[in-house]
Amino acid sequence: MGSFVLALYMNLTPRQKTKIYITSMYVLAAVVALAVGLLADWERIGRNFFNTEVMRDMFPDVIFIAAKNTLLYTALSFSMGLVLALMLALMRLSSIAPFRAFAMVYIELLRGLPALITLIFVGFGVPIAFGWSIPGGTLGTGSLGLAIVAGAYMAETIRAGIEAVPKGQTEAARSLGMSKTRTMFTITLPQAFRIIIPPLTNELVLLIKDTSLFFVLGSTPGTKELTKFARDFLNSTKNATPLTVAAIVYLIITLPLTYMVRRLEKSAAKAR
Amino acid sequence: MTETQPAIHVKALHKSFGDLEVLKGIDFRVDAGEVVCVIGPSGSGKSTLLRCINRLEDSQAGEILIEGEDITDLDADVDKLRTNIGMVFQQFNLFPHLSVLKNLTVAPIGVLKRDKAEAIKFAHEMLERVGLAEKASAFPAHLSGGQQQRVAIARALCMQPDMMLFDEPTSALDPELIGEVLDVMRSLADEGMTMMVVTHEISFAKEVADRVVFMDGGVVVEEGPPLDVLDNPQTDRARQFLRQVKEH
Ligand SMILES: Nc1ncnc2c1ncn2[C@@H]1O[C@H](COP(=O)(O)OP(=O)(O)OP(=O)(O)O)[C@@H](O)[C@H]1O
Ligand SMILES: [Mg+2]
Repeated sequence: MGSFVLALYMNLTPRQKTKIYITSMYVLAAVVALAVGLLADWERIGRNFFNTEVMRDMFPDVIFIAAKNTLLYTALSFSMGLVLALMLALMRLSSIAPFRAFAMVYIELLRGLPALITLIFVGFGVPIAFGWSIPGGTLGTGSLGLAIVAGAYMAETIRAGIEAVPKGQTEAARSLGMSKTRTMFTITLPQAFRIIIPPLTNELVLLIKDTSLFFVLGSTPGTKELTKFARDFLNSTKNATPLTVAAIVYLIITLPLTYMVRRLEKSAAKAR
Repeated sequence: MTETQPAIHVKALHKSFGDLEVLKGIDFRVDAGEVVCVIGPSGSGKSTLLRCINRLEDSQAGEILIEGEDITDLDADVDKLRTNIGMVFQQFNLFPHLSVLKNLTVAPIGVLKRDKAEAIKFAHEMLERVGLAEKASAFPAHLSGGQQQRVAIARALCMQPDMMLFDEPTSALDPELIGEVLDVMRSLADEGMTMMVVTHEISFAKEVADRVVFMDGGVVVEEGPPLDVLDNPQTDRARQFLRQVKEH
């Protein structure tokens, strides 16, 4: 019987085989979906993850405190990280050997460590060791911590962007009497940044998610970001709905960005 | 100072890339208002010589005097000397992120500190001069190769340099676009611009050059009036090279 079916199958054309394969995959997916739909406890899921009462309680703070803080922390981390990354990238390409060495060690070191370690180091290690803490409270400490990490990643991105600008551009600029610095800032970097907007946006999306690490620094009601806010809500309501809400808010922020990256990458590929 | 100070005076110039000696003692001058065409086989060091003259490459020995000032001197103000030397590249090297007008004004405003309105006015004049008055707001990517190269020439002219260096300005162009670029160069020569042109366009050299220099293997093998060098070369190497070029 089995060998008979096998023999039948072997006699099919490749196109028929593909058709059978695709049909069976659709059937399989339908069966799994049906099983989940029948076996899952929908009432329980609804009550615990989509509880409208809990949702109502979360507003407006989830937007005007939690989401606002997430965006604020991201913006600050990103802008500080970008400045740091630019400096590191320029040092990495500098003709002065100690600069190059410093940037290289910095980049390798911070990319090799968990962001959480860096955050704890900035938040607690520095105050213990030196007796002073970074100004700006959670905002200052956390953003600096994340910026220190993001700077290392973005430095490599920026360096790659700078190196992707054709050498002829620098030569043309220098031949017009522009100094090295002027050439870098008016000719090379504007072109480099065009190339690296997609990877930098990816970096931004990673940062948005990394602001959830701020929890290690402790928080007051006014400084909670989305994840911490949701977790505290979960603890007090004994209900998982806050996580759903936080997830949705994260996605509202990140999905347009990832979509934009895909669009930019496509148009860049077309331009080539 | 002598009564006729050359625009460019190269003395015993040596240049190596690592172990490879590319320029093996070049002596050579371009007088003010003179048009000198440099010809020679691929790899003979023509581009390297040109790039040494505005110090895009550092040389190991010898001098290059630009209107009397040695640009190879470590204390020389290279940026300032370069503002006086226009350079036109084989690959045009326009700035793709800037409009044609910005390409023309970015250095005059930023480096020469020209008044912005004045720089823009002058840029329009230079565009007119290369026949591209209507392209001021276009971006380089939307121009043909010939148009890009003419913009590149206008860009160099906007610095009001005393001399211009051209490195095979028509080699990257489709044959039908070469003429428009050569026309612009011809008119520059007619107006008395000091020019040093590396080219494979033998007929252009014959017509426009005051002097032709034949380089091979990192040395100047032959130089003189175009009709002498191009029609009646004295050396075997020049004869062989010219025969090859003319066959193409
Ligand atoms: N940056 C560099 N590093 C190493 N070698 C180089 C470099 N630039 C040029 N060379 C070498 O120097 C020699 C002369 O090169 P150059 O470009 O000056 O020749 P050219 O006469 O302009 O030739 P072509 O007609 O092909 O443009 C060649 O052997 C080339 O390989
Ligand atoms: Mg060359």
